[in-house]
Amino acid sequence: MSTQPVPFKVLIAKPGLDGHDQGAKVIVRALAEAGFEVIYTGLRQTPEAVAAIALEEGVDVIGLSSMAGSHLPFCRRLAVLLKEQELDEKLWLIGGNIPAQDHQQLRDIGLDGIFPTGARFDEITDFINAELS
Amino acid sequence: MTEYTEDGRVINESGIEIKPVYGPEDVAAGSGLDMLGEPGEYPFTRGIHREMYRKRPWTMRQYAGFGNPSDTNQRFKYLIDNGQTGLNVAFDLPTQIGLDSDDPLAVGEVGRVGMAIDSLRDFEIAFGGIDLEKITVSLTINGSAAIAIAMYLAMAEKRGYNINMLRGTAQNDILKEFIGRGTWIFPVEPSVKLVCDTIEYCAEHAPKYSPVSVCGYHIRESGANPVQEIAYAFCIAKAYADETLKRGLKIDEFAGRLSYNLNIFGNLFEQVAKFRAARGLWAKIVKEEYGATDPKSMWLRMIAGGGGGGLTSEQPELNIVRGAYYALISALSGTQTMALCSYDEAYTIPTEYSARISLRTMQLLTDEMGLCDTVDPLAGSYYVETLTNEMRSEIERIMAETDAAGGIVQMVSTGEIQSGVSAQAYEMQKDLQSGKFRKVGVNRHRIDEEEREVEFHSYREEDAQLQIESLNQVRSERHASLVEQSLARVKRDADAGKNVMPAIMDAVKAYATVGEITNKLVESYGRYQEPIRF
Repeated sequence: MSTQPVPFKVLIAKPGLDGHDQGAKVIVRALAEAGFEVIYTGLRQTPEAVAAIALEEGVDVIGLSSMAGSHLPFCRRLAVLLKEQELDEKLWLIGGNIPAQDHQQLRDIGLDGIFPTGARFDEITDFINAELS
Repeated sequence: MTEYTEDGRVINESGIEIKPVYGPEDVAAGSGLDMLGEPGEYPFTRGIHREMYRKRPWTMRQYAGFGNPSDTNQRFKYLIDNGQTGLNVAFDLPTQIGLDSDDPLAVGEVGRVGMAIDSLRDFEIAFGGIDLEKITVSLTINGSAAIAIAMYLAMAEKRGYNINMLRGTAQNDILKEFIGRGTWIFPVEPSVKLVCDTIEYCAEHAPKYSPVSVCGYHIRESGANPVQEIAYAFCIAKAYADETLKRGLKIDEFAGRLSYNLNIFGNLFEQVAKFRAARGLWAKIVKEEYGATDPKSMWLRMIAGGGGGGLTSEQPELNIVRGAYYALISALSGTQTMALCSYDEAYTIPTEYSARISLRTMQLLTDEMGLCDTVDPLAGSYYVETLTNEMRSEIERIMAETDAAGGIVQMVSTGEIQSGVSAQAYEMQKDLQSGKFRKVGVNRHRIDEEEREVEFHSYREEDAQLQIESLNQVRSERHASLVEQSLARVKRDADAGKNVMPAIMDAVKAYATVGEITNKLVESYGRYQEPIRF
């Protein structure tokens, strides 16, 4: 696991209405401990809010934590907004309850990394470091 | 999860060290058998009824609901046809946070994780053809629970039931929503007030209805250990009780209708001891601290079930086996109601097939395994009695600590509890990833699962459209002036600090919607701002 301090800035957002934030908060802690600068949005973010925060904060990584199944419609809408704001080159990740059958669609929408429940912290941090360096 | 140290010690998840052998001296070292008593007698450690399941097995109540009310009505009937004895209703997220199905924020979420409800019409459809005297209904809803309770009571009344005799439960535990699950709407203080409005209203008009089921369940899922689960749940129940007493109600007028929703995943003996400890302690609190005299007020009635936090998306068929052990824990613990997470629940809404397996799992215990034959079968075990005493002391210690730190309401408002449990959840994940805590399929006995085919509950976008059409129809058919007047009264009563339940009852009977009523309450109470604190 990479432990050297890395100045990359990561946004962790909770998309949609779901309130299951245990995983989001766990990943915020894991990324912070791995040396990333992490911004956590809290619950109930709209695609518009996620794009606006990503732009305002100048983040390198946009991470979504989704548990309740609304990831496809959410990401479709967010992809449009990220393009409009010229944020579509940012590293875009999603974690949580993401069934394998949706992975290809998410990649087609523009997701760079998918980390379903059970993903290890070092898989995620290594991926970010490898993609951004 | 239990910790097995390198030097051979065994420490359970609640932090209690487990000895290789227990004897009578271990039981005597604590409070002995002082809190044991007899089943059906104070302090009820052995169970709240004299003969428990010999008289009636636990209620089997699988969590169900999806799509629109008619889809859900069909699933309800399927479960009842298969021998289920209660209903546990899942609502979609827009309903749970007070949005109508046509709200822009509800796009993509209508009917997804539960059924969509907009107005009384939807309750009429969802429960059509179901005998509400035979089948008790539990509404898993919190932020907008006051509205859902009103709709349920109004629907029952319309169908000719005497609501004075109507049984049923609403989850309606908002304080735990701020800790985990997250379907809050209003700020903490008015949210607690609203819960007490429902307690007060039901005490007067629907005295058999259980308006609140205090949930340790989701606090545990958010990262709390088993003793914290119970301690925080008790602190929350006391907060509601204290607030209700301020309104002039007597403890015996409402305590008997408070119930609990508790979690069952974890170490078998630790869980059984947890429930036995909790039952004795709750009875003691209600009797000694609150001065209750009716034994029913002292009963810890519970649904002990779920266990989602213990299930894995790896090797999901193992979840069937885990579910069977969890059901055993629940039966050995003297639960009143049981629900199991289905094996596929770690990644989807249960299919009919998986829901039936969960139901059959419970039926195996009642019909084949003899779990209903005698009361509290682990009583007298040196280990279980010692652990029950130790768990009770731990729960008491954490409750005292919480009170000393300002009390649960304040600690939830500042985000302190949330921060504490999420820190623990993080440590737990690290320990799972390092293998310090053992989890089959996760850090032990893994297999390559890349080619796995799994069946998913499919979400139908067109259900959302149907629901919106039905909402529009209700809006066009109802009496606009009646709706307006009743909504104005909701706002007026909220502003005046009155109990808003009578006004909400009038509004739902006029077919005002979940969103319209919620918006009136928001105008008065404001919206919760989540503290982001790590």
